[in-house]
Amino acid sequence: MVNRLNLKLSKNGFTRKIPLYIMITPFLIAFCIFTVIPIFSSIVLSFFSYDMVGKFDFVGVDNYFRMIMDDDVFPISFKNTLLFAIVTGPLGFMLSFVLAWFINEFSPKIRTFLSFLFYAPALVGNAYFIWKIVFSGDSYGYINSFLLSLGLITEPVIWLKDANYIMTIIIIVQLWQSMGVSFLANISGLQNINGELYEAGSIDGIRNRWQELWYITFPSMKNILLFSAVMQIQASFAAGTVAVELAGFPSVNHAADTIVAHMMDVGTVRYEMGYASAIAVFLFGMMAITRIVIGKLLDMVGK
Amino acid sequence: MKSLLKRKKFFFRKSDKVKVQREASAVKRYTRSKVGNVFYFLFLGAFGLFSVLPLIYCVTSSFKPLDEIMIFPPRLVVVVRPTFENYLSLPNLLSNLKIPLSRYVSNSLFVSIITTALYVFISTMAAFVLAKGNLKGSKTVFMIIQFALLYTSYTLAVPQYLVFSNLKMIDTYWVYILPYLASTMGVFLMKQYIDGYVPNALMEAAEIDGAGYFRIFFKIIIPIVKPCLLTLTLFGFRDVWSAVPQGTIFSEQLKTLPQVMAQITSGGIARSGSAMAVTVIMMIPPILVYIISQSNVVEAMSSAGIKE
Repeated sequence: MVNRLNLKLSKNGFTRKIPLYIMITPFLIAFCIFTVIPIFSSIVLSFFSYDMVGKFDFVGVDNYFRMIMDDDVFPISFKNTLLFAIVTGPLGFMLSFVLAWFINEFSPKIRTFLSFLFYAPALVGNAYFIWKIVFSGDSYGYINSFLLSLGLITEPVIWLKDANYIMTIIIIVQLWQSMGVSFLANISGLQNINGELYEAGSIDGIRNRWQELWYITFPSMKNILLFSAVMQIQASFAAGTVAVELAGFPSVNHAADTIVAHMMDVGTVRYEMGYASAIAVFLFGMMAITRIVIGKLLDMVGK
Repeated sequence: MKSLLKRKKFFFRKSDKVKVQREASAVKRYTRSKVGNVFYFLFLGAFGLFSVLPLIYCVTSSFKPLDEIMIFPPRLVVVVRPTFENYLSLPNLLSNLKIPLSRYVSNSLFVSIITTALYVFISTMAAFVLAKGNLKGSKTVFMIIQFALLYTSYTLAVPQYLVFSNLKMIDTYWVYILPYLASTMGVFLMKQYIDGYVPNALMEAAEIDGAGYFRIFFKIIIPIVKPCLLTLTLFGFRDVWSAVPQGTIFSEQLKTLPQVMAQITSGGIARSGSAMAVTVIMMIPPILVYIISQSNVVEAMSSAGIKE
């Protein structure tokens, strides 16, 4: 037995690891060609002026300078994105965990049914269209017709074109939509926690559900929680589609323009790819910093 | 009282090892207060209803005649005069296509199935190597993967287009498939899952038994990560099924269903009925994949029982 063990361990060299290289190569090739190279060229492009037909002009950090000093819309979109991320990020993260945690104690059939309900918006695809009907600016909109019939308002409110309401509406819709990838990931993570841990915990003096959650569930879920946090950062900072679909493009007084919406304006309407790339790099910086902070925070969980 | 007990058994899973063990070891179970219960069900009910509303609205609207879709005040669920007109008019609307509808359907199925299968397989392999392979540089590579996930895909469209055109892949099936294989979300999720739920002891035991890495991957890793694998299949299929490539597909023979359906839904108010029917039809495959994958997730969970 000892001999056999030694033999196997001595074989632990490069030849034994060849299968590992074979298994990771397909992904790495695709990743390099279709993700790393485009990201890299986008970063390089941010130092150039390029309108998609003319030639590349090296402009140094002018694009970044312009973004901060010389663009009236950028500060607004920065403020909107920050507000949006601060509200929808943590709330969406908690909501997707809490709901998964709630439905986790039902029987499998009911659990599948409930998770279907919560996941439905993601399955329908562009499900936010329903909010367009709900908040429709004419008297056909559900909210307007409801408020009109109650006599609370005398004429329809143009919800989606009013700078006072639009940001709140988009935040609500984004939260409602946040039961996506991280919700299902949380469900599969919760179900894989070893049941014996709970038993051991109760012997070790865990007295209520909250302690159970903090000392056992969270630490066992740490990996999945980090994943869902990253997905949530991505969803809340890079939100653009919902805002553009509901508020129009650009929105009234830029009240609902996020950084991504602004980037779309610069890139696909004005064809200033260099400048759009600079905005993308800036946004990436914001998300990367948040990601690092959250990684540190999650390290403290359950201690 | 007895019926209440029965109901409780139906609602809460019987095979819950945790609870059985707790009862057996006579440890007090932690239950919610009555107020907590009321809050719990109200919250679940309200949120569930709110989430499923668009789906219900789509389905009911697809059976409404046009005047009923436009009615004031709008009806959300009730259909007074149900009709199949919206569905029956689809063949007529699609009859002036240059190529038969079946081509779009088969394109869609082909692209979605191939891409999803490759995506799940390649991501899982890569995640396994990153999680358990102890290769030099794995940590750095994984860091790059995680941060790449945060880069907004918006400005990547142009560089990706250039890559495609340099590889002479414009207007081929590759533009549907390859970007997904490079997507980092699957590797990230799978790596987190393997790290969390595949004990190192299991790996060591297999290595001592002389199992090679291919064997370990197929015989040990795949069964354990099956729930995550199924969930990833759903994510992949859902995304690919509705994907519309921007400016990389020109031949009509290579287009998929979402592209041809977009032509119908952009037909204005007079076509809102047909648009709803189209939305419902397009929803069916992802929902089927959802049901198959998630019911298997639950099954895989209750039969896994991995112990460290």
